[in-house]
Amino acid sequence: MIKTDTLIIGAGPVGLFCVHQLGIIGLKCEVVDNLDKIGGQCIELYPDKPIYDIPAVPECTGEELTKNLIKQIKAFKTNFHLNERVEELKKVEKKWLIKTNKGTEFEASSIIIAAGVGSFEPRKFPTKEIEKYEGKQILYSIKDKTVFKDKTVTIFGGGDSALDWAIELSNTSKVILIHRRDEFRGMQASIDKVNQLKKEGKIEVYTKYQLDSVSGNEKVESINIKHDDDSIKEIKTDYVLGFFGLIMKLGPITEWGLNLDKKTIPVNTENFETNKEGIFAIGDICSYPGKLKLILSGFHEGALAARGCFKYAKPDEKYRFEFTTSSKTVKGRLGVKE
Amino acid sequence: MAKITYNTHDSKTHTIDIQNGLTVMEGAVQNDIPGIDADCGGGMACATCHVYVKEEWFDKLPKKEDGEEDMLDMAFEPKQNSRLSCQILVSDELDGLTVSIPSKQG
Repeated sequence: MIKTDTLIIGAGPVGLFCVHQLGIIGLKCEVVDNLDKIGGQCIELYPDKPIYDIPAVPECTGEELTKNLIKQIKAFKTNFHLNERVEELKKVEKKWLIKTNKGTEFEASSIIIAAGVGSFEPRKFPTKEIEKYEGKQILYSIKDKTVFKDKTVTIFGGGDSALDWAIELSNTSKVILIHRRDEFRGMQASIDKVNQLKKEGKIEVYTKYQLDSVSGNEKVESINIKHDDDSIKEIKTDYVLGFFGLIMKLGPITEWGLNLDKKTIPVNTENFETNKEGIFAIGDICSYPGKLKLILSGFHEGALAARGCFKYAKPDEKYRFEFTTSSKTVKGRLGVKE
Repeated sequence: MAKITYNTHDSKTHTIDIQNGLTVMEGAVQNDIPGIDADCGGGMACATCHVYVKEEWFDKLPKKEDGEEDMLDMAFEPKQNSRLSCQILVSDELDGLTVSIPSKQG
């Protein structure tokens, strides 16, 4: 059981800046995120895309913004629990008990949900009959590549994940790469490599095809793929891998008794608390009249939510507002040497 | 202003006046048309506002920009007439546009 003042759900830019705001008012926090890295949508969806509306930063990419936020909170030595999704919340007396899908348990006096549009999960094949094979012969990520040795592996997708795995697995497996159109959108070097392997007969490539159906009993035996012109082709395969990127799902958040409006959590604009005492929501996931889904709005929301957490963490103390420019206490927390 | 028709997966038809300057995605979201998730908010960074454009309209729309086709790779059951509705800007010329929303967005 990890004891802390505040648990933040979501390591996107808004969650990160909230770590800072909690830190300078002397509260400790832990951060949980379902992705394998810090940065949320900034790092997963648009690491290379420039952002132009961060105040005083005329231009930066999602990756640069994330790096700078990590630098800004370095002094607080915050623990990040990545690849973990918060599943359950329970209030016991005045504390929240929180449990993740990996079994990590926290005790916190408050929770800040900065979860964007929910947790990222792999986008799946639309085909109906795949469910019984998912996690067995139909996979969306690779944990142990040795299972594919000397097997036939059919890979769907046109981005870097699909191309990288096609190249990698072609060393030890028979690889068939299938994509819905002629162009691949991965790095040019990977596209060239795949074309070269295709020429050498080490990878079979079918474009303008999508998965139509899967046949098998206990295991996948073959799949049918359908061309744009509706013609069908049968492929014998042992494994099917789909790399269609990630989709965001609200997930367990819907089960915590929070008011929900479409896919957002209504909050008050005084401290961004939800209908549950001690649970706050900031960033894209919160809603209130006039809400703008901007990173800069999320920073403001985090600053107020952090102050809102203070009374739960230190019920006997009065929160006193201080500037980072002048307060010795705050500078001390930031590790600034004078 | 343009009348845009959204065919939703529940076989319902919603014809709505959408103001110029909004996108077909925003028109759907603001009018509670089910099936357009628009998770990224119009940043062409997801593919959850994917629609099928009625064939006769497909060629009349401004062409896809770089990046839209890449994102459509991520869409649920993309077809030849697939577009991201956040990239279709409403104008008088689009009066009568019909789009169909896929059974799901992910």
